[in-house]
Amino acid sequence: MQLTTEEQAILSGSKGPALQKAMRSVVAFGETFGATGLVRITGPGHLVTSFGASMIGPHYRMMEELIGAGLHTPWPFTVDPRPADFKNVPSSLPEKLVTRLVYSRQRPYEAQLARVGLRNADAFTCTCYLPEVGNRPKFGDVLAWSESSAVVFANSVIGARTNRNSGGIDLLCNLLGKAPLFGLLTDEGRRADWLVEVRTTSLPNAQVLGSAIGMRVMEDVPYIVGLDQWLGSGVNDAAADYLKDMGAASASNGAVGLYHVEGMTPEAVKIGRGLLRREYRTYVVDDAELERVAASYPVLWREPGARPSLCFVGCPHLSLGQLHQWTEAIVQAVRQYGRPRLAVPTVLCAAPDVLRAFRASGSAEARLLATGARLTSLCPLMFMNNPLSARRPVVTNSNKLRTYSTARFYPDEELLAIISSGRLQEEG
Amino acid sequence: MKTFKGRPVLPGSVRGPALVSRQGFNTLASFQKSVIAGSLTGRAKRAVCSDQDNRDLFGKVLTGTILCLPQTIGSTSGGLVLETVAAMGIAPAAMLFSQSIDSLAASGVVLADVWVGKRIVAVDRLGDEFLQTVREGQQVEVGEDGTVTLLD
Repeated sequence: MQLTTEEQAILSGSKGPALQKAMRSVVAFGETFGATGLVRITGPGHLVTSFGASMIGPHYRMMEELIGAGLHTPWPFTVDPRPADFKNVPSSLPEKLVTRLVYSRQRPYEAQLARVGLRNADAFTCTCYLPEVGNRPKFGDVLAWSESSAVVFANSVIGARTNRNSGGIDLLCNLLGKAPLFGLLTDEGRRADWLVEVRTTSLPNAQVLGSAIGMRVMEDVPYIVGLDQWLGSGVNDAAADYLKDMGAASASNGAVGLYHVEGMTPEAVKIGRGLLRREYRTYVVDDAELERVAASYPVLWREPGARPSLCFVGCPHLSLGQLHQWTEAIVQAVRQYGRPRLAVPTVLCAAPDVLRAFRASGSAEARLLATGARLTSLCPLMFMNNPLSARRPVVTNSNKLRTYSTARFYPDEELLAIISSGRLQEEG
Repeated sequence: MKTFKGRPVLPGSVRGPALVSRQGFNTLASFQKSVIAGSLTGRAKRAVCSDQDNRDLFGKVLTGTILCLPQTIGSTSGGLVLETVAAMGIAPAAMLFSQSIDSLAASGVVLADVWVGKRIVAVDRLGDEFLQTVREGQQVEVGEDGTVTLLD
């Protein structure tokens, strides 16, 4: 890797051991991928490590070294959601005690984040790119983000450039203000390895389509055709919500860091099928394929027929538009089932800034809360990390949450029926 | 005895039993339960794969194995998880990739090496034939130069 004189000096230790180790890590990481050099980061960071779990001691020790050396990111960064919200998420006393134990370092860790450049106390969300949150890069920006769902959104929907950075490396790159030049930062790395032909009879469920694509292409770049017939051209708000959820599923069920959608995402609009590599492979997704994929999800509940005790909607966090849509859908479903309230405790997750905008937008919040639904900004995935919570029969419409927990996945319509009736659909 | 030659990403000599994932290895999903259990008890003796979607590895012990895989997949906390399990002493002894190593696994082994001083030997680009040939439980020897020998 070609380093500048200043970078070489840092690597040699001229600016202290902490910065030297940061540079050593980033250079070793880049050299693994044949990076030709380091490039300047042009926008704020987003980091995945938001949780103070007691076992990730090495990360806290690294933070201490960096803080001790007086290091700070050039821009304030955002970070993934917090792991707990006892006020708004129904939890038993033992669950609360275990959560406190698992995330016992939350407060000191948040203090560490603040010292190296955390934007503010509301900067905890996986959807930092939403307009209400405002950590939204521009087309062509060079970033060093982590959080798989944010990375894939920034690359694909916005056209910014970031590799799928891991927790740890993300912070080191942002402290240095530089990222190794390889992979998704390069034109060549953004070309598509797969042509994904969507031949379903209607708009596919975003979460299942993303899952199917991720499982098939793993970390390759897919060029998806056929979605614009339902979602229209370009990316309007509804399409952005769809692509957010599809991308999150593709990044968690596989390792997709960038996808192109014909007629929709910026690079596909600009370059079209010229993005496909000469030796691309083809994957056809039809109704039968999506059914096959959905049927492959294992059921990890202790009692598969149990009545659900909790529902999470919003992993990744919901947009403002999605919050309004879910409010209308829940209010209608409760009315349809002739109940005063939802039968299953249901938690809708969104960024603190999005919740603030929702609360300010009229009567929607009151109507939603009247159904018994609750609002939070926590990370449902981290909630489910609690071994006691993992034993509960939890339902969700998130394929990402399904992948990392015992929560059971249902499409939106089915989920609405479950939370309104209190029964799984197979019970009739 | 069969030999494969890969690229030593983090070189080292190690020998142990193979554990084989023919699908992408989801690092967070695989180690999640063991790391959380370690948080609760303050110690962890070994890691057992908790990735429900991994038909090859679910429920199997990962610690000390020669983990053979195509690449890692899933959450970008994957690298941090690898660094953590290395620090906890419950990581695989080596990770042998049939394809090029992915960015999350590379981060994890680098962070463990630089910040914790614990090395998970990593060799990549061993080829599809390697992953098709190696069997679970088979003794595997990894050399400093990225040579991988299947011993029995």
